[in-house]
Amino acid sequence: MAYNLKVEAAKPERFVGGHRLCAGCGAGVAVRGVLRALDESDRSCCGAATSCLEVSSFLYPFTAWQESFVHSAFENVAASISGAEATYKALKRKGRMDETYKFIAFGGDGGTYDIGLQSLSGAMERGHDMVYVCYDNEAYMNTGIQRSSSSPKFSEVSTAPVGSVLPGKQQRKKDLTAIMVAHNIPYVAQTTFTKNFKDLHEKSHRAIYTPGPAFMNILAPCPRGWRYDPAELMTICNLAVETCVWPLYEVIEGQWKLSYEPKNKLPIEDYLRLQGRFSHMFKPGAEWMIEDVQNAIDQKWEALLKKCK
Amino acid sequence: MAIRERLSGNEAVAVAFKQMDLDVMAAYPITPSTEVPQYFSQFVADGVVQTEFVAVESEHSAMSACISAAAAGARAATATSACGLALMWELLYVASGSRVPVTLALINRALSAPININNDHSDSMGARDSGWIQIYSENNQEAYDNQIMSVRIAEHKDIMLPVMVCQDGFITSHAIENIELLEDDAVAKFVGTYTPQSSLLGGKPISVGPLDTPQFYFEHAYQRAHAMIESKKVILDVFKEFADLTGRAYGLFEEYKMEDAECAIVVLNSTAGTAKYVCDELRAQGKKVGVLKLRVFRPFPIDEIKKALSHLKAVAVMDKSDCFSAVGGPVFADVRNACYDLETRPQIINFIYGLGGRDVRVEDLKHVYSALDEIVRTGHLGKIYRHVGVRGV
Repeated sequence: MAYNLKVEAAKPERFVGGHRLCAGCGAGVAVRGVLRALDESDRSCCGAATSCLEVSSFLYPFTAWQESFVHSAFENVAASISGAEATYKALKRKGRMDETYKFIAFGGDGGTYDIGLQSLSGAMERGHDMVYVCYDNEAYMNTGIQRSSSSPKFSEVSTAPVGSVLPGKQQRKKDLTAIMVAHNIPYVAQTTFTKNFKDLHEKSHRAIYTPGPAFMNILAPCPRGWRYDPAELMTICNLAVETCVWPLYEVIEGQWKLSYEPKNKLPIEDYLRLQGRFSHMFKPGAEWMIEDVQNAIDQKWEALLKKCK
Repeated sequence: MAIRERLSGNEAVAVAFKQMDLDVMAAYPITPSTEVPQYFSQFVADGVVQTEFVAVESEHSAMSACISAAAAGARAATATSACGLALMWELLYVASGSRVPVTLALINRALSAPININNDHSDSMGARDSGWIQIYSENNQEAYDNQIMSVRIAEHKDIMLPVMVCQDGFITSHAIENIELLEDDAVAKFVGTYTPQSSLLGGKPISVGPLDTPQFYFEHAYQRAHAMIESKKVILDVFKEFADLTGRAYGLFEEYKMEDAECAIVVLNSTAGTAKYVCDELRAQGKKVGVLKLRVFRPFPIDEIKKALSHLKAVAVMDKSDCFSAVGGPVFADVRNACYDLETRPQIINFIYGLGGRDVRVEDLKHVYSALDEIVRTGHLGKIYRHVGVRGV
């Protein structure tokens, strides 16, 4: 059946309101979007790294999770979910499990690109039948917007602030999606919230129902860290795609596939201008920073197009 | 019928895990515990167990996987040593705080630095306050028996605390000894199937591992502490049931020639064997000496220890680790604390010994007993925090 947002949105929620995530935060949108792709008869066992998502969704004695959910630490959600998945396999083998469960780990960029990278790499290499979802908001938001290896160059973060000498973070963003592709796992995708959520939905479904390990990187903006009007969440995500700073693509069994090619690639200023974390890039004399960022995007985009041909 | 075998301590533990047909084992190799997952993965490769073996990329992931596995309804176990346990540290507290009955075979080894692969107790003693039940094993037989009993203790519905079973790296882990194994079906019957009250995969969704605000954290911490208090009774019940099955009766500790003893040493793991040997030699010379071998260190059997030491004149507590408090080792601190309430209490000294695999010789323990003898003879306690077997001291 063709994708229909109204039909999908009418499904019972698996991650419900009452959580304490901020208005305009991408984390909850990502979780709801991914879980909506579960077939209605299937259950899931989800996990989260310590993160805004975790501390906002499961404050004792309340939980926003209508699925089974486990959290234990910051750097280990991939290992944690692999333990639950191992149990499922063992119980199936021993005839003690009748139902179908899917296994989904959620981590922010801190818990995924940085402190949890080893755990993620291990779980993917071992081939667990699980999906790892990174909701990437490009800094350690839970502890107060510190830099991560996902923070883009020149973004202002609290451990790489804009000063009289240094203009924000000095290094480029780590390309984690490519690192996960290099793990030769069956499915890797990069997505965000665009238009009617079709891209997120279809990739989530493919990730969940591809046997073996799958990785999804979801750009999930943070209104506090990025400093945008919470109502502009979708605008920002759309601009990330239209400027090609966050291209939509998937890699299925090693085959690169572009999900969307903008008709007119927009200049990066259109994306940066809406975010306070880049405001210093629009001051007189800072044009070189925009140019630097644009060049890097152009190069990466061209390289991606080649891979997807 | 019991099976007579000759096994190393590591193999004995692996066989125990095989016989209980673990649901999940997640482990990472580290000397001297490496053989445990090695033997076990051979059982997996040969199809003699139905366990899911997860060859994780670190000990941190091993414990992380075990915690979720147990929360998902698995009987889950791991094995490690020294730095491996140290890397698990964060998760040791998560395991006990999440009240998951993970069991761990700890093959005791010295912590770095300097790196050293040999035996002492700095790894498990460092983890003594992490909410894990700790049971120590003098020999291979005890390591095997303790490992089997550990799941019954951990999984008891009133306890739900993780258990680590400790034995000395190389000294028992790699030494082949005669051992009496239970039949597979006897082990299966004794441990049963783990059926948690609720689990991640139990049909009804549950959430595990919340954020606790100050409104709730303290109550949960109290419940964990209370479970540790309650665990003593369960431990003794399980020991009793095991004794009925095997004829091998274990207590919280073992008293060796303690009844009429005037001086005794308190010791755990393999050194207890040497201590009993020395004790016998001294007994033959007419000395009234004994050995108290601690088996259960967490929960600490304070009342029983107090009673067992009450009639003594002098006691030496042996610590195979130093906690760098500058006043003595961890076993010493607890044993001396136990004696505080006695109206007449023995004189108590502490010996740090055997660090980093330093041989513990008969002469060393004779030295300890003679130190006690001197205290009794002179009435003078002297230095409390002592070392034996280290050069230049």
